[in-house]
Amino acid sequence: MLPITGEVLVHEGDAVSHDTIVARTHVPGDVNMIPLFYILGVEPYELPRVVLKKEGETVQKGELLAITKSFFGLFRTEYRARYGGTIELISDITGMVGIRDFPVPINLNAYISGKVSKVIPENGAVVQTLASFVQGIFGVGGERHGEIMAIAEPQVELTPDMIDKSCAGKILMGGSLVTADVLKKAEAEGVKGIVTGGIRRVDLTKFLGYEMGVAITGQEETGLTCIITEGFGRMTMAKHTYELLRSCEGRLASINGATQIRAGVIRPEVVVPYKESEVGEFKEEEDALAEGMYPGTRVRIIRQPYFGAIGTVDTLPAELQQLESESWVRVMTVKLDDGRVVTVPRANVEIMEE
Amino acid sequence: MKPEEMRIMLATDCGSTTTKARLFRKIRDEYRFVCTGEAPTTVEAPYEDVTMGVRNAVREVEELSGVKLLAEKGIMVRDNPEGDGVDLYATTSSAGGGLQMMVFGVTKSITGESAERAALGGGAIVMDVVSTDDGVPLYKKVERTRQLRPDMVLMAGGTDGGAIPPVIQAAEILRIAEPKARFGAAYSLPVIFAGNIEARKHVETTFKGMFALRIIDNLRPSVELENTDPSRDAIQQLFMEHVMSHAPGYDKLMTWTEVPIMPTPMGEGMMFQTIARLRGINVIGVGLGGATTNVYSVFDGKFVRTVSANLGMSYSICNVLREAGMQNIIRWTPFDIDEGTLGDILTDKMIRPTTIPQTIEELIVEHAVAREALRMGLAHHKFLARGLRGVRPPETLDDVFERKAMGTESYINMLRISLIGGTGGLLSHAPRRVQSMIILMDGFQPEGITRLVQDSVFMMPHLGVLSTVHPEAALEVFEKDCLVRLGTCIAPRGIPEKEEEDVMKVEMTMPDGSLRTESLKIGNIIRVPLDVGETAQVVITPNKECDVGEGPGQKVQTSVQGGVAGVILDARGRPLRTPTDRAEMKKLLLKWFRAVDMYPGETLERFEKVVS
Repeated sequence: MLPITGEVLVHEGDAVSHDTIVARTHVPGDVNMIPLFYILGVEPYELPRVVLKKEGETVQKGELLAITKSFFGLFRTEYRARYGGTIELISDITGMVGIRDFPVPINLNAYISGKVSKVIPENGAVVQTLASFVQGIFGVGGERHGEIMAIAEPQVELTPDMIDKSCAGKILMGGSLVTADVLKKAEAEGVKGIVTGGIRRVDLTKFLGYEMGVAITGQEETGLTCIITEGFGRMTMAKHTYELLRSCEGRLASINGATQIRAGVIRPEVVVPYKESEVGEFKEEEDALAEGMYPGTRVRIIRQPYFGAIGTVDTLPAELQQLESESWVRVMTVKLDDGRVVTVPRANVEIMEE
Repeated sequence: MKPEEMRIMLATDCGSTTTKARLFRKIRDEYRFVCTGEAPTTVEAPYEDVTMGVRNAVREVEELSGVKLLAEKGIMVRDNPEGDGVDLYATTSSAGGGLQMMVFGVTKSITGESAERAALGGGAIVMDVVSTDDGVPLYKKVERTRQLRPDMVLMAGGTDGGAIPPVIQAAEILRIAEPKARFGAAYSLPVIFAGNIEARKHVETTFKGMFALRIIDNLRPSVELENTDPSRDAIQQLFMEHVMSHAPGYDKLMTWTEVPIMPTPMGEGMMFQTIARLRGINVIGVGLGGATTNVYSVFDGKFVRTVSANLGMSYSICNVLREAGMQNIIRWTPFDIDEGTLGDILTDKMIRPTTIPQTIEELIVEHAVAREALRMGLAHHKFLARGLRGVRPPETLDDVFERKAMGTESYINMLRISLIGGTGGLLSHAPRRVQSMIILMDGFQPEGITRLVQDSVFMMPHLGVLSTVHPEAALEVFEKDCLVRLGTCIAPRGIPEKEEEDVMKVEMTMPDGSLRTESLKIGNIIRVPLDVGETAQVVITPNKECDVGEGPGQKVQTSVQGGVAGVILDARGRPLRTPTDRAEMKKLLLKWFRAVDMYPGETLERFEKVVS
């Protein structure tokens, strides 16, 4: 969607690729405030008389904007515009003149390749595609596009020597931990994105150059997009996630690190579109999330002491139980993949879609 | 129906994450809280209709209470005392980020500050304060104003009869920035002008009908006077007329109730004001939420609310870390934890805000963050809770020499605060009530004799909105079911000159007539059991450097109330002394935790073995 209304350039049914411009608009420019009364040495109420243009008219940079004459016209002061744009304000009270920069054109790309299924007049379009989809838990960096390339097994920590010139333009995947050094090396080699299990907060701070306070991301000026699938710290990438991305190796993917936890949750994503001819008959699967939890549901534990462990819901006792922290909460028992059965709060697991 | 005829009442609060329904009923001759129902809030996509969450929460109440509450459309309000439904339905809301405002003033420390106080008092989150003298380049002010999408703007500026141009300059910034309202660009942004009365027509001319302009009395008619009530009323009215009516589903919700929808913090604040008014005392209250920390104070009758928009226990937990600094959080943990691990734990909490601590270590980490959020929230509050700036006091000879600047320091004197109240998930869900008490004490550092209370199941906003229709019922429920009496804290201000001297000596005559005497040296804390409803007579003799309310070294004789955590004699120092040496601090923390029985003994033993 465009940030403000504009013109949609595609039609329903059009085939688009990730870089097709689907809509365009012009964002109003910034306003420059000029204390013209002070520059010209006149009273604010005199301003409308000495300014040669009216509110709403345009002015070019360097164009004569105001003239004052004094002593029977013998002395004359001129003011040439330091900015080009539209005159928004000529104030006879404060003596200020406001010039708004000329509008800036904004193009909206399709982001993923597919078919336009719906046009939203003046705003944008819905692009539909058959795709593999991985949702991460946290990311930084905006929309990017590249070929998927596996660089490490899920439990392996990524190291700078894993990245070389062959990674340029690629979206690297795999591993349990990415460090700031790896991210910087990848950035330098022209890598488009990294999708991995975990990152330490200290490394994120080092990479971004500032400490993150609230989880609203996607606008960072980083050279690549980084998507974390599991959480903070060293986290082995979930087997299913790894295998799905591995099966997409060599394919073109669209990724976006934008994350927003509050007020309309947004999680980072990896979208790997397929051509219709590559996909057999489309079969709608049951939505595991909509089903809720029941014995047998695959879950991942998302808090200590079993953070990152994956297993199957064993029982869902109705009565409250006391945790080590002494809180009384609703719990579940989970049979972990390593055979242990553990008790965890229901709030501390997430359902895994497989 | 007249309030006195009402027997069953329902209130909801549509929070950012959860919608909470509370049912109240007259049982025999008293109003009591009956039960609670909660459901996810449905303001955001894909639902975009707040009433769905309200219905889900109310359905839970219906199931638990057996009372039929839901009509086909809305809440069933009965017309006869025997019928189904309720006699009153009211709601508060902070969904979608609550009421978000920008404020404009001319002088940052005078009209800018007054406008901020007025907006906060009206239940808003203040996104930014723009003033003509704040030193920010004009183009930056315009840029910032354009980027933000407030629900409403409050513009103050100039005393009545003062200079007009600076006021108009602020109006011009607003005009050319032309900020768009948050909920869609289809309606005009409400702008309240509460500035110089002589600038009114110029402001109207400047705006050229661009905004939904409301002109009200100047909130700073003279430098010596601040008049925030008309602004607060206008905010509440415009919140209903413009903001709520455009938020997803609120047009429907507004038809379900005859009581105006109130911003959640306003409801919360009303109850803290009620306690202060009824008991004639000075009060500090806090709402420690996931995203924000709201602090309320009523001091000598003056009410101030502040919101620290990015200090919270889940969504904003990393901001607490960033603002407080790693070491300030680590200092509250009695075990070894490195900065990297702590950072990862808290960032994981931020990205998965609904998870809860399972281990004692993680619980202690969250309690550590809470103390820092409270400490910084109160510091922010004190910054705004101060005398009017710009006022020149009548000068005495001392003032001439000392050049005392009135209004630069907070008027909140912790020695004169009689009660501290807390609400919010972390406090309500603390496994032991004494944990809430100590967290509040460490965060706020009460001085003298202070009672501590907390909201039992988060119903203060509900009671606040209910009190606008039926104050007696709201008050009765508040006293009987909402307030959990944690206990009383006795903590002298000051530190003795010599370590070996006592901070205070306390003689307590217990309810059974027995006498208990305690002498405390610096760094010590004692918990004396005294149940809810029980009272003990105390004689406190502080050190000559220490003050419990009557002056340094002055004895105080009074009665103190008990609570679920009893009476806590706190000689840890005011200001609280926390050693910078990590090993020393860990030992001290373990001693304090032991003394008040804050965490399970076997866990503390585990930590103690490591420390020794």
